[in-house]
Amino acid sequence: MADFLQQQLGYINPYYLQIIVNIGIGIILALALNVVTGLTGQLSLGHAAFMSIGAFTSAVITIKFGIPFTYNLLLTGFITAAVAALIGLPILRLTGDYLAICTLGFAEIVKVLFLNLDITNKALGLSVPAANTTIPMPVVVWIVVLLTIVSVTCIHNSRFGRALMAVRGDEIAAEAMGINVTRYKVQSFAIGAFIAGVGGGLYAHFMGYINPSDFGFLKSVDILSMVVLGGLGSITGSVIGATILSAAPEFLRFMANYRMLVYGCLLVCMMIFRPNGLMGGISFTDIVLRTLGRKPRLKIIMEQKKSGT
Amino acid sequence: MFLQQLINGIALGSTYALIALGYTMVYGIITLINFAHGEIYMVGAFVGLYATTILKVNYLVAILIAMVVCMLLGMFIERIAYRPLRKSSRLSALISAIGVSIFLSTLAQMLFGANAKGYPEGVFPVKQITIGSAEISTLQLLIIAISALLMISLEFIVHKTKIGKAMRATSEDYNTAALMGINVNMVISFTFALGSSLAAAGGVLVGLLFNAVSFNMGLMAGLKAFAAAVLGGIGSIPGAMLGGLLLGVTEVAGVAFGFSSYRDAIAFAILVLVLLVKPTGLLGRKIQKKV
Repeated sequence: MADFLQQQLGYINPYYLQIIVNIGIGIILALALNVVTGLTGQLSLGHAAFMSIGAFTSAVITIKFGIPFTYNLLLTGFITAAVAALIGLPILRLTGDYLAICTLGFAEIVKVLFLNLDITNKALGLSVPAANTTIPMPVVVWIVVLLTIVSVTCIHNSRFGRALMAVRGDEIAAEAMGINVTRYKVQSFAIGAFIAGVGGGLYAHFMGYINPSDFGFLKSVDILSMVVLGGLGSITGSVIGATILSAAPEFLRFMANYRMLVYGCLLVCMMIFRPNGLMGGISFTDIVLRTLGRKPRLKIIMEQKKSGT
Repeated sequence: MFLQQLINGIALGSTYALIALGYTMVYGIITLINFAHGEIYMVGAFVGLYATTILKVNYLVAILIAMVVCMLLGMFIERIAYRPLRKSSRLSALISAIGVSIFLSTLAQMLFGANAKGYPEGVFPVKQITIGSAEISTLQLLIIAISALLMISLEFIVHKTKIGKAMRATSEDYNTAALMGINVNMVISFTFALGSSLAAAGGVLVGLLFNAVSFNMGLMAGLKAFAAAVLGGIGSIPGAMLGGLLLGVTEVAGVAFGFSSYRDAIAFAILVLVLLVKPTGLLGRKIQKKV
């Protein structure tokens, strides 16, 4: 089966394959940040740190232990989530701006730490050997993407997700309604970190080489832009945002130098003209149901309410 | 040795204080963390550099030119990127500020190149003066003197002038100040102008001190100055000054004790610690949260 997949992939231009994988990794990271920032309303400017922790943990596990890739990714995710929970417990008491700056500070500390530790090869970066799996990398990445989309959708529609949305809406009101705000914040932070860690591990094994400086503030802004473009809190939005921003640099090669200029303008303009993002306020399931000819579920309920039944 | 490090720390800390003042004033007045402030500092450094190399002016005139240019830049940024978002959520304004910061630093990279540039020889002839067991360079004296002068002027403006009173009123309660007849837009623009001019002066001074001006000096310095502002109590002007000096001294002390590779992390560690232990900072006011 693995050989069959490899053969199929051999037909695709390697350049396009790389773009597809980058889009996949971008989607995973955008979804990770979306859980923390979009769903729970906690702006995290240091999410690249979790990607970095995930990348290096995964790389070190492959170098030192060489366990099968699935277990590698799971272990990486759990370790990153554990770190996030540890950091989150004191930090998530803060709100809004302070939390953002604190996460930024934490990301910088992680970067400086990795630049100075021997296990991460200091400033030289780590060369990552191939992953211990027979399935080709692009397929692995996109399997993880699908799993992530499914899990995040489940989170959105669950009791847990509704609690997170309540925290996003108004923390004091949520606390008054009996939601242990700190606990839910830490849990969402840990989930976001788990997904980011897995993304980081995939990134490390796909790229073959990682350097702590790759995961600085600019990377966090990259991920944030994807989420903001798509719409905070919208899963389809994150997918679209990640796709656009991962693929665009390739097709706009001539504008490579202007990329960060465009990102900066993009962030400002999005906030001024469409703060909800491309998919903000638009529900993907509504669109699907409408094209199928059925009315969206909420509308039916609202109409019943209006007519008094 | 101790005195020497103290002097180095105070000189460095004064520059952090100058930048931190801008952060704290803007936060006090519109509760926005102006991410782009670090980039204004960077622009100030470049303007000072080109003023001395191309226009060939005296360093004091260069500082003045940098201050004026950055004043205008700060007011422009406020008008374009922050004023439309005044009624929106804080998250939007913060993301917008990040966008401006990214835009400015990339623009600087494109215009000025990625290499660090140095001030030409002879702009400020540096002499060493010996005080006891330590040496203080005339450059460090200049930095401390100019910083002190600017901070005293700021205190004068904020406490003894009518516009200063308007600034304090607006930071106290934005809506009531508007009801009292204060032109809030003008006050906010003025605050941005003041903060930016101070950052510009800091930029020129740091450029002279380290003899290196590059497009990415804004990010680090901005974050460290923000750490200083938080340490002193965000929203409090004396707090920013105190925080800046403390941060400078701590960083130099850290490097002296052998943590030089963790130099940047020291500021962030302080930031995280302060936010966890005493979020209002050393001189900050306790903020009551109204429901």
